[in-house]
Parts: sequence; structure tokens; C-alpha cells
Amino acid sequence: MTGLITRRIAIAGSIGAASLLVLRVPAFATPTEMAGAVAEFTGNASVQRGARVKLDLPPLVENGNSVSVTVRADSPMTDQDHVRAIAIFTERNPQPNVITARLGPRAGRAFLNTRIRLATSQKVIAVAGFSDGSFWSDQVDVIVTLAACVE
Amino acid sequence: MARALISVPKTAKKGDIIEIKTLISHVMETGYRPDAAGKVAPRDILRRFTCRYNDEEVFSAELWQAIAANPFISFTTVATASGTLSFTWTGDNGFSQTETAAITVT
Amino acid sequence: MIRFIAILLLLSLPAAAADIPASERRSGYDFMSPATQEMQRDDALNPAMLWVAEGEAQWQEAPSSAAKPCAGCHGDATASMRGVAAGYPAFDERTGKAIDLQQRINACRVTHQQQPAFAAESRPLLGLAAYLGLQSRGLPVQAPDDPRLAPALQRGEKLFHTAMGQLNFSCTQCHDANWGKRLAGSPIPQAHATGYPIYRLEWQDMGSLQRRLRNCMTGVRAEPFPYGADELVQLELYLNSRSAGMTVETPAVRP
Repeated sequence: MTGLITRRIAIAGSIGAASLLVLRVPAFATPTEMAGAVAEFTGNASVQRGARVKLDLPPLVENGNSVSVTVRADSPMTDQDHVRAIAIFTERNPQPNVITARLGPRAGRAFLNTRIRLATSQKVIAVAGFSDGSFWSDQVDVIVTLAACVE
Repeated sequence: MARALISVPKTAKKGDIIEIKTLISHVMETGYRPDAAGKVAPRDILRRFTCRYNDEEVFSAELWQAIAANPFISFTTVATASGTLSFTWTGDNGFSQTETAAITVT
Repeated sequence: MIRFIAILLLLSLPAAAADIPASERRSGYDFMSPATQEMQRDDALNPAMLWVAEGEAQWQEAPSSAAKPCAGCHGDATASMRGVAAGYPAFDERTGKAIDLQQRINACRVTHQQQPAFAAESRPLLGLAAYLGLQSRGLPVQAPDDPRLAPALQRGEKLFHTAMGQLNFSCTQCHDANWGKRLAGSPIPQAHATGYPIYRLEWQDMGSLQRRLRNCMTGVRAEPFPYGADELVQLELYLNSRSAGMTVETPAVRP
């Protein structure tokens, strides 16, 4: 039994050391910092939650170093009615901004797909700015699993 | 020069919405990560990506450290005319690279 | 916690794992999330293709004015190199030993191009290995059939079954006896090295099978064999025989 516990501690210790390497950052951003980054993006306009924006990413992530994220907004993308910008923010990465894309009627579709880093399990938010001045958002809570065999 | 891969349909019908996929070799060093010697490696990231279609900007993006290494960005554009799509990445340490792809629109 | 102890109980059993029956063999691809699988399936999504592009350029470019490019002797790689990578490691007449694909590339470079060997894990070396590996994608892994490889193959098999490191684990204890279970958040695959060199999300980079093997050794707190060591090539050779007939996936993506 003693041998078992020793080995468990050895492994737990090794995983702890590995996660330290990955997560050793000055500090995590906070929900407040994320709210600040969103406000900067919207120019302090209010953001509505709703069906006009859809953020897609897997709820369970096997490696936080590269997570495919897709944002789609419901818009005809005409000169009169289109999405001008799509931005992604995270709550607990070292800093909240991820990407801010500028687009317009020439895009045909309000669509963005990229790959992002997630330092830990957290909330990810996508905000789209529409040509009528409104902002809409969607959010997903993501669990980032801890990898065992890190280098 | 960094390797970059662009996926754009060679031909499209006028008015088609085409999907563009881009990949470029870049470490996207966050500036938060200690190296093997315990010294924090300085930030080295791409900060901006732009796509121009026959010289008109149709898509751009500001990027931060949370973009994964070897950045992948995919978006759509309407096939309006035959010509050239150009893709420019700029970033820290004077990084600047432009790639082009031709498209025939019928 | 109970599951953790259960896994450790299994792992601390003496190594008596049987080989995985052919019908139950599964690629590491099958253990990945759908998002990571898609990244491998679509070349436009696969970062490893950046290394393939590097390798293709290396293949075409003369390294000096006095030397021919790879293509100068071997021609069009899509024809001349079709299926070649699937049969590595192979027997090397010159040294009388088993060598892997990257050692073959470097041997060619030193002997025929009079250039210094590429460093282990360097971009051009991984690029060429990925570009050549791609020429075997979709083909079956070829078991080593040269009888002169038999001693190296036996040593590789023995190493695979030898417990090592402070944790005293052998390859077989995880990959034969406990595949499909989880170690922390990650599923344990069967160790079929059918997609190397790979783009590994953990590395945020491309890497060779030797890097992965050294990585495993560090994981069990063993002193890793140095790059290019005979032991690593012997392990590669055994892994190749163990995966014979499975489909080459190079350049694969792994978490």
C-alpha cells in the first residue's frame, strides 16, 4: 500500500509540475478585465445575448494549446444590413482579447473560424457588431482537460 | 520567410460565397512562457492579418497571444471578379509577409 | 480518486501484457476528439502541411552550386518515393545497421550532397521526412522483411517490454495492457506510430517519433536515449513491425 501511495504522489507531482509550466503566467485576467475589453470593443454600447450570434467550440477540450472556434452571426450581409466586426474574448487567459475581425457585405456571410489557446477551463465569449449599431453575443463554458504526457 | 498555405477555390461563379482558409508558420510566443533556462521568452506574435481582393480590403483581423501557434484563420468572401486575393500578416520584430492567390470568376 | 488508484494498480502490475490482436488494432487517430480528427483529415486545416511545403522546397532546391538537389537524382518524389517511407526503418548497407527515414535523409545529404547533416528536429529535416511520409499516405505500413534487421528488431521488442525510469514502467504496460483507459485527461493509445512526423498540439510544433519516444521516457522519469541512438531506432523498428499493414497517416495530428 505504501508503494501505491508513493507512486500516486509521484505521478500527481509530475502532473502538477507540468501544469505549472503551461500555466505559469503573471496572473489570470478576471471577468472584470474581460468586461472592460468587451466595452472597449463596443464603445460601451450594451450587448444583447441572443440568437443572432452563435459561438461554436467543443465543451470539452483535449488540449488547450489549439482549440477550433467558429463564430457565425445571423445577417443578410447586404450594404444596408451587415455585421461589421466579430470579436472573441476569454475570461481567464492572461489577457482577455483573442481576435477582433473586421468584415462587411463583401464577406457574403458573417463567419469566422480560427484556433485559439485556452490556459484553463473558462468562459469564452463572442461578440458581433451589426451595421445598425447593435451588439450581440454568445458564450460557452469550456472545460480544458489536463494532459498527462506533457513534455 | 515563413511558410504559408492558402486555400482558395481556383474558379467560382460570380456571386458565389467562397470560403478561404489560411495557415502560416509562426510560434506566437506569448511573452508569458519561461524557456528551458527559466527565462521568460519575449513576446513574438502576429498582430494583424488582412485580405485584399483586387486591392480592396475585404477582411482584416487584430490578433493577440491567445491565437494558437501556426495561426489558422478562415473566413468567407463573395466572388466578384477574376483577379488576385492577397493576404498580409504583420507582427512583432518587423514581421511582414504577403501571399497571393489567383481566382477566375465566370 | 478511486479510478486513479485503479489505474495505478493496473499499471503497477508486473508486465505480462499480451500483444494486441490484429483485429483490435486502432490508430491513435481513433482516440482523438472529432475536432482534432478534422484537423488531420483536411490538409487546409493541418499545420503539418506547412512542414510538407518546407520539405517539398528542400527536395527541389540544390543545397549548393556544386550539389544536386534531391530531385536531381530521385526525380519526382510523388512517383519515385511512393511507398518508400512506409518501409522505414530499413537496413543500411553502409553502416550495417538499421536506420530510420531521417537518418537516411541525412546520410544522403552528407554522402551525395556533401552537406553537414541536418540537426535533429530541425525544420528542413522534419519537412523532408513529412514530405516523403506523405508519399506513403494511405498505403500499408511495411513490416521489416530484411533478415539482417532481425537482431535490431529483437532488441526493439525487448526494450518495449523493459520497465524503466523511476516510475518503472514499460511501453507495454500502458500501450498493450491499458490502452483505451485514461491517464489524467488523456486516453492511452495503442502506440501505433503510423503518422510520424506528427504535428502535436502539446508541442505546438512538428516532431519526430524519436521526440515522442524521448517524451515518453521523460514521462516515466527515465533518462531518454539521445537523438539518433541505436535504441531509439530499434524501438522504431519494433513499432513498425507491430503496426504492419495499418494505414500510413503522415503527416498526422495528435493532441
